[in-house]
Amino acid sequence: MKIYLPLDSAAVALGADEIAAAIHAHARARGVHVTLVRNGSRGMVWLEPLAEVETPEGRLAFGPMTLADVPALFGDLSQHPKALGKTEDLPWMKGQTRLTFARVGVIDPLSLDDYRAHGGLKGLERALAMEPAAMVAEVTDSGLRGRGGAGFPTGIKWKTVSEARADQKYIVCNADEGDSATFADRMLMEGDPFTLIEGMTIAGLACGATRGFVYIRSEYPVAIRVMQDACRIAREEGVLGTRVLGRGPAFDIEIRVGAGAYVCGEETSLLNSLEGKRGVVRAKPPLPALQGFLGKPTVVNNVISLATVPVIFERGAAFYKAFGLGRSRGTIPLQIAGNVRHGGLYEVAFGLTLGEIVDTIGGGTASGRPVKAVQVGGPLGAYFPRSLFDTPFGYEEFAGKDGLIGHAGLSVFDDTTDMLDMARFAMEFCAIESCGKCTPCRIGAVRGVETIDRIARGDIAATPLLIDLCNTMKSGSLCALGGFTPYPVMSALTHFGDDFLYEKEAAE
Amino acid sequence: MLDSDAVTQQVEEILARHKGREGALLPILHDIQADFGHVPEAALPVIARGLNLSRAEVHGVVSFYHDFRTRPAGAHVVKLCRAEACKSVGADRVARHVKTRLGVDFHETTADGRVTLEPVFCLGLCACGPAALVDGRLVGRVDEARIDAIVEGLE
Repeated sequence: MKIYLPLDSAAVALGADEIAAAIHAHARARGVHVTLVRNGSRGMVWLEPLAEVETPEGRLAFGPMTLADVPALFGDLSQHPKALGKTEDLPWMKGQTRLTFARVGVIDPLSLDDYRAHGGLKGLERALAMEPAAMVAEVTDSGLRGRGGAGFPTGIKWKTVSEARADQKYIVCNADEGDSATFADRMLMEGDPFTLIEGMTIAGLACGATRGFVYIRSEYPVAIRVMQDACRIAREEGVLGTRVLGRGPAFDIEIRVGAGAYVCGEETSLLNSLEGKRGVVRAKPPLPALQGFLGKPTVVNNVISLATVPVIFERGAAFYKAFGLGRSRGTIPLQIAGNVRHGGLYEVAFGLTLGEIVDTIGGGTASGRPVKAVQVGGPLGAYFPRSLFDTPFGYEEFAGKDGLIGHAGLSVFDDTTDMLDMARFAMEFCAIESCGKCTPCRIGAVRGVETIDRIARGDIAATPLLIDLCNTMKSGSLCALGGFTPYPVMSALTHFGDDFLYEKEAAE
Repeated sequence: MLDSDAVTQQVEEILARHKGREGALLPILHDIQADFGHVPEAALPVIARGLNLSRAEVHGVVSFYHDFRTRPAGAHVVKLCRAEACKSVGADRVARHVKTRLGVDFHETTADGRVTLEPVFCLGLCACGPAALVDGRLVGRVDEARIDAIVEGLE
């Protein structure tokens, strides 16, 4: 009997380890031989822990599992109280186009055989037969843009590094996924780590880099462990090392752990942190592509950007580019979070409207109350009201509405939310996490909290001051922390102005 | 109090393990904190000497990152997520409850040294918040009753 139960952090946080222990205990007591595979999550977080039993008809899903539901896994499965039917037939799974996440939740994350059996390493095999310039062109032609949030064309970055001349170059994977509502990087690393390794290796071949680093935030203990194990296995099996797959040039990867600084998700402060320094932002130029880690040409890409490279090489740039809308090509793993009925990861081509994502896929709020606002793109993203729910999900489309898609995380809020409080939180967060380099960010965020407190006390003269401060932060900060904190603040003020007036009204 | 000779010796062993590594300071500090539970003051000059840095530079790095402690924490560490997705499902309410119950604010330790309460900005459990990390154990959908049971269970 083969049972799948996720090792994914969300599943574990909801009791998966206890369910796993109970499955083993029941199997022993009944004398049944059970192979328990700890897989990645299928992304349906509201059904976690989600157990799957392999049958001749396919994998059957059961969830959310409690300890009381374990014994019935060993009986008539059709009578199981948490039976959901075949996993692949669930509406959440059928509506998706899983390219980057094709194997997540399906395979044993640490089985290289399983990985190969599901198309793994085919992209790398193809890349090994190509010239670096052709590899870079493949990525450029796919239309892939940086999934970390900036949306910079990945192929252009690679081209700069590839053509730079240096004795040493580096591939750095930014796995410092600090934005609230985002967990795609974590799920990918926990559920299919070899895909990231393969993507980084292709990047190494294309750019002439022999060393790679994955900088993972310390808040992700499971992802750190899985990535460390996967790198060791990849080295033992000859995927990584002095000759990639036994015939290519050298490439190896080291896992590095962050230390709780949000700003290190910004590429230049990440590089400083990787060098063992304070995670202070660097001015650009010089571009990291020319002078990055230790002053050498460095590719810094997000986990999802790099993990999408293998499928682009396996299926071809044209295949990938055929998905999406406008200049947003391919698929995007949406992370639907916060106060939402059906939260989780949903990979789909760009172009769904915000309303379709929140109301149809997410099923509205978990509290059952009306949706008031959706913050898209993490703590530096704008709050969208219902009146903007027709906005299609794409880089330019969201920018056109004074927002951003960022790393594609969405936090849903119901009508009990005080948007002045959320604006204040954005400023407070910026004040706590500012690296201190730019004055508008370091001091502006502190003044922002004070100014919003004045507005809360009914001082409407403070509102123009807040708008002015936001403009200063936006144009006077080196990186997105100070530069984008005005997005949540200004969107709250613009779309939910009533929340900034309530004290005054109460006084009248 | 930690014996400073013992600290020096242990830190030198850790430094030796990371010799030649590019940009090794963060991995070194993580190892020191894993061994001592914090980064002792006495470790700073040893690290500075080992990496050919000034003591101020090492101090600057230690103080920059939220993870590194300069004093030991309580016997147990409870981290509550304060970020937006968790706020949308009641993280602030849960935090107020825990603070009242323990009689401490964030970054403080109970008088008996049993529990240190800390904020964290995102554990990547944004679809099953409010989220907590209790002595390294991930907990989702935390409410008042759940956190009470957890705190109760800490010896």
